Amino acid sequence: MEFLVFLKDHGPELIRGSLTTIELTMLSAALAIIIAVIAGLMRLSTNRLVYGPATVYVEIFRGTSLLVQIYWIFFVLPLFGLTLEKFTAGFIAVGMNLGAYGAELVRGGIQSVPKGQWEAATALSMSPAIRMRRIIFPQALLNMLPPWGNLLIELLKGTALVALISVSDLMFMAKKINSTTYLSAQVFGIALVLYYLMSRGLITPFMRWLERLMARKVGKRL
Amino acid sequence: MKPTVFHYPAKLEGEDIPLVRFHEVTKRYGDLVVLDSLDLDVAEGEMVAIIGPSGSGKTTVLRMLMALEKINDGIIYVDGEPLTHMSRNGGLVWADEKHLRRQRLNIGMCFQHFNLFPHMTALENCIEAPVQVLGMSKADAIKRAEELLDMVGMLEKAHEHPSRLSGGQQQRVAIARSLAMRPKVMLFDEVTSALDPEVIGEVTTVIRKLVHKHNLTMLMVTHQMGFAKEISDRVCFFYDGKIEEQGPPDQIFGNPKSERTQQFLSAVLEAN
Repeated sequence: MEFLVFLKDHGPELIRGSLTTIELTMLSAALAIIIAVIAGLMRLSTNRLVYGPATVYVEIFRGTSLLVQIYWIFFVLPLFGLTLEKFTAGFIAVGMNLGAYGAELVRGGIQSVPKGQWEAATALSMSPAIRMRRIIFPQALLNMLPPWGNLLIELLKGTALVALISVSDLMFMAKKINSTTYLSAQVFGIALVLYYLMSRGLITPFMRWLERLMARKVGKRL
Repeated sequence: MKPTVFHYPAKLEGEDIPLVRFHEVTKRYGDLVVLDSLDLDVAEGEMVAIIGPSGSGKTTVLRMLMALEKINDGIIYVDGEPLTHMSRNGGLVWADEKHLRRQRLNIGMCFQHFNLFPHMTALENCIEAPVQVLGMSKADAIKRAEELLDMVGMLEKAHEHPSRLSGGQQQRVAIARSLAMRPKVMLFDEVTSALDPEVIGEVTTVIRKLVHKHNLTMLMVTHQMGFAKEISDRVCFFYDGKIEEQGPPDQIFGNPKSERTQQFLSAVLEAN
């Protein structure tokens, strides 16, 4: 009975927090995908001026803590004259962090396309841009979808850290309720379940659907 | 850095210039010399079979002509124009990517492992380059592709993906895909080596058709001596990056002069 009362009192806040988490996840994911494709392609270049900056980006964002990156973007950038609203700072930090991992997936996915495909496209006089867009990237995409599914779950869980710059996501709401009610087991228990439902109930089915869709396009059956 | 200027002729002129000319072409991988100052002319309409032990450089000849890799020395001409070089300030310099891309239009190549694009149907494989590279309308490209697929006996499977086709069928689609670009020279790189014995015939039948009906210029690397003997105008036996011996098939297979050719042929025939 007590638990039902708790749910009635605090359920709406937790739902609102979850919606913020979903929103953050979608925006960060969109940013991460865009950055990953650009940086991943740049990493494949043989020109130092192209692959250099991409490598520096990947090294920094993959090699340092996400929490420190969030603090940097929210607390330190204003010292250089760039002030971001906390929600914006949060999704940019998470997106850039996961984008660095994604860049490596893009690079690996492209490199995993057999050499014969590159040669066949070259033999048909395709320019590097056409070859990448029409031949190599569609095949690379199919190869990299499963690891992207993992990465998006990581991303969802990573968004919990933005609670520390007071973005009112699920984690922030849970902490807030805990500090007034001291019902830690209930509130953090519910938070765990909600995170699990979001990853298993939203991201995993979406990725499966995408994998099946892409597989159909290449004439494979999963 | 100034580019090196070469003093080869910028254009081959005259009555009977070859369609393909390798002039003193050398290819090295590190210290390993794969092609050693190779000279080879191929006349228009000629079918040249290239045979030889593995590592003798025979596949490399095709890869250089397709401009999949760069040569280290010498020059290759196609239809009188330099392939590996381009004119710059009255001399020749190494070709840039754009020049190579234009020259590749003259050459078509079929590979041992077919290399069809797996995410496209047979028909889509055949219209992709004509539409994307030549700028043909989709309708025209489809018309051309359907004629070619019909010629190789694959029209019925036009809407299947490669994963649903047998090796022999995939190779026939690959031949149609190359022909859709209307190349002047076709290269066949061990196109039957990856096939099961019972489907080799369907691919050789297509090649035979090309020889007899279409008078295409072709270079074919093959291990099928019988087919080479039957179909080619000339056989080149490669050994150690050079042409050890060449001549009409009757001469090479019936009365080889070089001891290495004799050894190679007797070893191959024994294996069969």
